[in-house]
Amino acid sequence: MSCLFRCRAVMCSAVLFISCMLTSAVSAQEYFLTVDDITVDITGKPTKAMGINGSIPGPLLRFQEGKEAVIHITNNLNEPTSMHWHGLLLPGLMDGVPGFNGFKEIEPGDTFTFRYELRQSGTYWYHSHSGFQEQAGVYGPMIIEPKEPDPAPFDREYVVMLSDFTEENPASIMRNLKIDPAYYNYAKRTVIDFFKDADRHGWKAALQDRAAWGEMRMDPTDLADVTGYTFLINGQTAEQNPAFDFKPGERIRLRFINGSAMTFFDVRIPGLKMSVVEADGRDVQPVPVDEFRIAVAETYDVIVEPQDDRDYTIFAGSIDRTGFARATLKGGGIAAPSPKQRPRAVLNMADMGMSMAMGDDMPADSHHQHEGEHKHGDHAGHEGHTQEDHERHMRQMRETGTYDPDDVGASHDHSTDQHKHQDSAKPETMDPSKMDPSKMDHSQMPHAGIDHSEMGHGDMADTHTDHSGHGDLPSTEDQPRGWGSGFPEESRVLSYADLKSLIPNDDLREPGREIVVNLTGNMERYLWTLNGLKFSEADPIQLRYGERVRMTFVNDTMMSHPMHLHGMYVELDNGQTTHKPEKHVVNVPPGESYSVLITADEPGEWAFHCHLQYHMAAGMMRKVVVAQMSAEAMPQ
Amino acid sequence: MTNRNLYSICQWLLFSLLVSSAASAMDNDQVFYTAGVEIDIADADEGTLLTWDGSAWAGGDRQKVWLEFEGEALDGDVEDAEIQLLYSRPISEFWDVRFGLRHDFEPGDTTYAVIGVEGLAPYKFETEAKIFVSEDGDFSFRLEQEYTIQITQRFVVVPHLEVNVFAQDVEELGIGAGFSDLEAGLQLRYEVTRKFAPYLDFVYETDLGETADFADALGEDTEEFTARFGIKAWF
Repeated sequence: MSCLFRCRAVMCSAVLFISCMLTSAVSAQEYFLTVDDITVDITGKPTKAMGINGSIPGPLLRFQEGKEAVIHITNNLNEPTSMHWHGLLLPGLMDGVPGFNGFKEIEPGDTFTFRYELRQSGTYWYHSHSGFQEQAGVYGPMIIEPKEPDPAPFDREYVVMLSDFTEENPASIMRNLKIDPAYYNYAKRTVIDFFKDADRHGWKAALQDRAAWGEMRMDPTDLADVTGYTFLINGQTAEQNPAFDFKPGERIRLRFINGSAMTFFDVRIPGLKMSVVEADGRDVQPVPVDEFRIAVAETYDVIVEPQDDRDYTIFAGSIDRTGFARATLKGGGIAAPSPKQRPRAVLNMADMGMSMAMGDDMPADSHHQHEGEHKHGDHAGHEGHTQEDHERHMRQMRETGTYDPDDVGASHDHSTDQHKHQDSAKPETMDPSKMDPSKMDHSQMPHAGIDHSEMGHGDMADTHTDHSGHGDLPSTEDQPRGWGSGFPEESRVLSYADLKSLIPNDDLREPGREIVVNLTGNMERYLWTLNGLKFSEADPIQLRYGERVRMTFVNDTMMSHPMHLHGMYVELDNGQTTHKPEKHVVNVPPGESYSVLITADEPGEWAFHCHLQYHMAAGMMRKVVVAQMSAEAMPQ
Repeated sequence: MTNRNLYSICQWLLFSLLVSSAASAMDNDQVFYTAGVEIDIADADEGTLLTWDGSAWAGGDRQKVWLEFEGEALDGDVEDAEIQLLYSRPISEFWDVRFGLRHDFEPGDTTYAVIGVEGLAPYKFETEAKIFVSEDGDFSFRLEQEYTIQITQRFVVVPHLEVNVFAQDVEELGIGAGFSDLEAGLQLRYEVTRKFAPYLDFVYETDLGETADFADALGEDTEEFTARFGIKAWF
């Protein structure tokens, strides 16, 4: 039973029910789960952790669309717990977030029964929404089988649940970050790196690059706040190398879930094309890719069809390249070697939504440009840059990033504040030549008055963008530069622009207003906020029941933030008109902005937060209230 | 140390903690705390020199209470010892304002009011600038700067500088108006962990201006170079 969870758990309570992770065809609609203090030995050192039914991850919960789920959660911890059903459409109380919809934490020894209609199908997961319990191990996968025949049929299916395990107490991690935000960064730029850059690009360029970062007091190496992780697939290490059997010619559905607290992964299966058929539980028109970057809390289902009698490695490298998770598709025959870890990227000025006017002798445009699916614009738009533009932008950044309790403004009326809308909502950010001037100088916006419906050809989360701002050092093979860099040129990488919903959208109304959410923070203080305010300081975002709104995320920080809305799907404004993909997590890379559309059709109080555990804990969270309201009560 | 000083320090401590905890409770600020010290030993001209420089804080994102302490002892005799109790809050993205009290146990026995800023200047210079007003009404100013050069991920070289400026003569301390002294050093530190790092610090100290003249007149050394071996540790 559940031999796949080989974390050698010492259980503190009886395991009541564990479904077999891979082969179970049982569609039990009722589950009994316990949340336990456990000791696991994942790294070779017995470590205190928390698990569900004694294991990390918790058991796979399998349901059928249209039926009722009944899940009893018994808290065997010495502290209160909770359980959130990530991505599910359900009544507010059942969402399991303490302090929302009257849900109270489950006290030690108590049992709470979650009960809700299953109104959707797909791959999901569940996790504690209390303290740092998710990092400690309180998470598990969930599959809801569709009522109708699956549009992407398969012969076999496997859950591939990625996660990051730490030997440290998560509360100590938070404390270390608050005392020294660079505590876990062991990839800082050194004098040696400087000499390497000077060798690659010349002394002047290397010096200018260091001066630019120094002047801003920012660190281009902050790809992951926390390191020291062991990366897991279904609770197993790369050394344990979990095996998924197949026979050549079969269609295999791999259900990828990123259940990490802090880690983004680049996923590939060398030798196999993957066809992405589902994103965040929603069916999408198949997208053939070689690899994809999965943000924290996202899910992607892919179909692979290996024809050969051999093994394939499923390789998921953390984006800071401190490690990887690994599993093997076992077809017998030749064993698959583990691919080499790729070099780590450093961030560049474009990741700040800006570029530097530093000198035209810099070979900023010499990076390779991808044609075809991912068109990269030329850099003509950079000509207008001045130092003044740069400074103005820096001021704007600081203003939004500064810890200023008076800087509320979570909601903007659509009819006013035009500049801000056009700038922030314009999701053409894969193209720095267009993005940068627009953010840097309102008066130079060539498309003032652009209609929102014309937008959205952007490719916000395009992980294939090797974009660099004017003045940035160009990428080299051994030193990729830019958040989304580091993929080989010939590799087809999934981007949000590729996603098309399989079924048409229900609600094709234009949004009535726009809510701009600035993703803000201060790495020097390890402060993470929305619109400059922590959760504890901010008023809820009010939505009128039934209204349709545009929400635009503007990332003013150097980190990527996977923004998660509970209770309702958001539609990506990715250029689709009638087939916008629905997601529960929208990843907003550093310095970029992205728009989504929301139909507020689920009354209740919904958590809305960055799904990086320590960012949420620092305050990067809001309450979104969907309620009946009179016209006068509508927020402007 | 007089009773009056003890009294005012205690009063300040109580007041700061009250303000801090009350305000923190109001905005649900999580409260953290830490303490750390750099302590080192050197073979100086006049004997074995022990120096320490440490701090501790408690508080949240909005406000903190700081305790700063530094001093030195020569052959076991404490020559300099000061302690500062400060309230701190952010005033901009990279800067905090700090104010409170300083008490010198050696030399003399003096209490000061303190106000200053601490933060990260452009090009990542760690900077601390403070104005002191003694109980006798003497004004002085202190600037401290350091810069971290990352040689490898664990080996860092930290040039550091401290200067003190006085607005007037302070006879009992042998200080003349103007720049009084300067300390410049180069610390070579190896971070075994972030919380434990042995170091070697090459430090040059010199009296300046009238202060140097006074010292000369008394036949005291006005400058000294030491190589200090120490430990930086915090929890």
